[in-house]
Amino acid sequence: MKRIAGMLLVALAVAGVLWADSALSITGAGATFPYPMYSKWFDEYHKKNSNLEINYQSIGSGGGIKQVTEGTVDFGATDGPMNDDQLKAYQDKHGFGILHFPTVLGADVPAYNIPGVTAELNFTQDAIAGIFLGKITKWDDPAIAGPNKGVNLPANDIVVVHRSEGSGTTYIWTDYLSKVSEEWKTKVGKGASVNWPVGLGAKGNESVAGTIKNTPNSFGYVELIYAIQNNMPYGRVRNSSGVFVKADLASVTAAAAGASKNMPDDFRVSITDAPGKTAYPISSFTWLLVPAKFSDTTKRDAIKGFVKWMLADGQNYTEALSYAKLPKEVVEKELKALNSVQ
Amino acid sequence: MSPRLRWRKFVSGFMLTMTGVCAMVAVSVLFLILGYLAIHGGASVNWNFFTKVPVPVGETGGGLANAILGSAKMLLLATLFGVPIGFFGAIYLAEFSGSATAFVVRYAADLLNGVPSIVIGIFAYGLVVHPFKQYSTLAGGFALGLMMIPITLRSTEGFLRGVPNPLREAAMALGASKWKTIATVIVPAAYRGILTAILLAFARVAGETAPLLFTALGNQFWSPGWTHPTASLPVMIYTYALAPYDDWHRQAWAAGLVLLVLILVINIVARAILSRGIAVPRS
Amino acid sequence: MATTTTIVPSAGPVAGSRSFLSRLRERDEIARMITFLFAASVVLVTVLLVFELWQGSVLARHKFGFNFFRTSVWDPIFEQFGALPFIYGTLVTATLALLIAVPLGIGAAIFLAELAPARVSDTLEFFIDLLAAVPSVIYGVLGVFIVVPLMRQYVQPALKHSLGFLPLFQGPAYGVGFLTAGIVLAIMVIPYIISVSREVLLSVPRDQREAALSLGATRWESTWRVVVPFARAGIFGSIFLALARALGETMAVTMVIGNTPIVSTSLLSPGYSIAAVIANEFTEATGELHTQSLIELGLVLFLLTFLLNGFARLLIVTTSRRGSGMGNV
Repeated sequence: MKRIAGMLLVALAVAGVLWADSALSITGAGATFPYPMYSKWFDEYHKKNSNLEINYQSIGSGGGIKQVTEGTVDFGATDGPMNDDQLKAYQDKHGFGILHFPTVLGADVPAYNIPGVTAELNFTQDAIAGIFLGKITKWDDPAIAGPNKGVNLPANDIVVVHRSEGSGTTYIWTDYLSKVSEEWKTKVGKGASVNWPVGLGAKGNESVAGTIKNTPNSFGYVELIYAIQNNMPYGRVRNSSGVFVKADLASVTAAAAGASKNMPDDFRVSITDAPGKTAYPISSFTWLLVPAKFSDTTKRDAIKGFVKWMLADGQNYTEALSYAKLPKEVVEKELKALNSVQ
Repeated sequence: MSPRLRWRKFVSGFMLTMTGVCAMVAVSVLFLILGYLAIHGGASVNWNFFTKVPVPVGETGGGLANAILGSAKMLLLATLFGVPIGFFGAIYLAEFSGSATAFVVRYAADLLNGVPSIVIGIFAYGLVVHPFKQYSTLAGGFALGLMMIPITLRSTEGFLRGVPNPLREAAMALGASKWKTIATVIVPAAYRGILTAILLAFARVAGETAPLLFTALGNQFWSPGWTHPTASLPVMIYTYALAPYDDWHRQAWAAGLVLLVLILVINIVARAILSRGIAVPRS
Repeated sequence: MATTTTIVPSAGPVAGSRSFLSRLRERDEIARMITFLFAASVVLVTVLLVFELWQGSVLARHKFGFNFFRTSVWDPIFEQFGALPFIYGTLVTATLALLIAVPLGIGAAIFLAELAPARVSDTLEFFIDLLAAVPSVIYGVLGVFIVVPLMRQYVQPALKHSLGFLPLFQGPAYGVGFLTAGIVLAIMVIPYIISVSREVLLSVPRDQREAALSLGATRWESTWRVVVPFARAGIFGSIFLALARALGETMAVTMVIGNTPIVSTSLLSPGYSIAAVIANEFTEATGELHTQSLIELGLVLFLLTFLLNGFARLLIVTTSRRGSGMGNV
């Protein structure tokens, strides 16, 4: 008995050692917003490069920024670009900078679970701001019912759901609200992690979607694909031109049209509340955070290789998951910027 | 019979019945959990579950093979790290130490035992992940091993002390030195209890999730070697249970069933070992 | 022949003592030193842990001082961190858990110790011990899939309907919240109360019961008024143990409490606990102050559980050592 146990132990140890060098493993962490896309990408890329495993953990954009700054992961991912303080903190800590690389375009949609209501609701800017500020508390409030004549909204309390951790999806949502509601801007502000006036916290897009799905009368924001994959109804949002637009490939691409012509060199740009009749107002780029310098050249080349693939073949996978492709000009600019990663 | 007596007898019967109800309620929870997991997750404990790694979000057909292996690796590390410290430390306490040192060591072990597992996670992050800038199986194993130390130490010490003195005296009378007595007489006499202690400590940390959040992170692929992040069964259960995908729920239940059955079996085996005999030297 | 234990005289610096090296020749001394090192490493690791918690929270402690425990604003953007909602949530859920688990647990322990025949008692205790071994995350799964829907669909609306005039039961029926977390925690800590209480009750000397019965007490009166008070200290010890476990629980709580840092009088409200916020925010706390505030929370939790465990042990040991006198028959 003891001998068998001993041999098993040795066998395991040997297996572990042998395993040690079988694959190059790169770790990234961050946004849950693009997680369905990234998990598909890294899976496909692994199939094409079986010696390379890019392990991506969706812990939220806040986590991505923190861990890549700490150096505990090789790259990060975020839908809320790093602000100047965070960039400076990175520079101070490492002695070199960190670069943003947009990967896809996505959208935050207002998802809801109202018993008996399957229709697509129209939400004005004031309605969304009012609900999240806690001022609008019932589904049959005129601010919501007004643009939705013909829909029988119950007089139930709205259960607001938001993110409990530092989230780029939250950044996009609060960035939008700060633009369309002065009250939100002064009271709460924009950020990856805010002091929510009302609502339940759930961790990750996955959990927010799960909570909305399971909680009647709930209302929250999730990335488009999460609502689609889980057959959750989501509403239209009124854009800056006064049109109620539903999030889809066309409307998200339209939102990015202006920005891609004037893309800043560091790729940090906000496209919420974008001008244009067909633009979906809560759209956003999402970024990979890649250090400007790598001490390990194999890792550097692997990551650069992936980004190149992502900007070319990778873009063919996006639409199946309802993420919009990057505009051509942005892709070209990124390929140039990739050269500066040493 | 006076009315008062009748009342008192009624109260007595009623209250005692209620205590029986309490006991039944408590015990039935165990079967509720097992039953729920078996019914909902049983079907998903299939070949895929044990051999495949997770597939991209939203697709079906993946498994948790990498999480099972990751947990196994970390538990192995935890045992290799925590058990020797607990075991040899217990030998020191039972056989060599003076009462002052013994008090300090026991106190420290009790302190360590009472630390909430999330705080162990913070400690392991600060000690292993942060300095080496790497989430890893090693860090996870270290955190779990820390939790195994106090359980192993206190139980082993108890069983060593429980070895009857005549055995020790007989060995010494035959001229055996202290260490030889320990190695050939005392430890073998207590080996059942020690084995039980190790198994119980193992079962305790097998289900721990919180310390792994900051140490092993996670991995959708196989984790190569020991210095990379790895998936683990408890963390996957946590992640999948909170998500909206039905396929993930099924896998969470299946994983929960597998984990729970494993832990319960270890507990049952450990108790069986202990109850089969008391301190009897192996021939 | 076995190894000898005779002293080897050597040319040591002091007459009569043996040099270090000669002692080393005896394997006993090596064994002693090696095992000492292992034992010492336990102490070392524990001291290191406390030190890390203390050092890791120094910024937060200096900046907020005792206000940390009084303010409720937890705002990472404006770098304001007040621990009140988490301490509140931790204490409320633990209290709720005890309110539910203590009567049930002591009742079950009484049944197992006083009424059930030995075989039944042992079998049931066996199952209770297994219940204690169930991991937290599985209780969390139980909570998410069974308790939360039950709460949301039946229990919370019923409470609001019947007792909604009390501030305790106001607000929407989310399903998650303080009450739900308290219930799940109660299920988790019942085994501890039962197994320890059962043991202390079993250790009460027979003559106590017999004396009560011989004086005309009913079975229940003998149990409740004599045996239980005799074991009172140990039972309190089990309660403290259960409390310590409830305070430190992470996974099950974060899955059912709602993860919202507010202080609310309503039990139906979502809340937060210390362990839950650390689990959710630690990996992404940007900014030293945020991280250190979380570590300070960890320190607080550690101190709480440390004190409780100490009390618990004291009480349990006290019961098994001395009698607490006869209660009223």
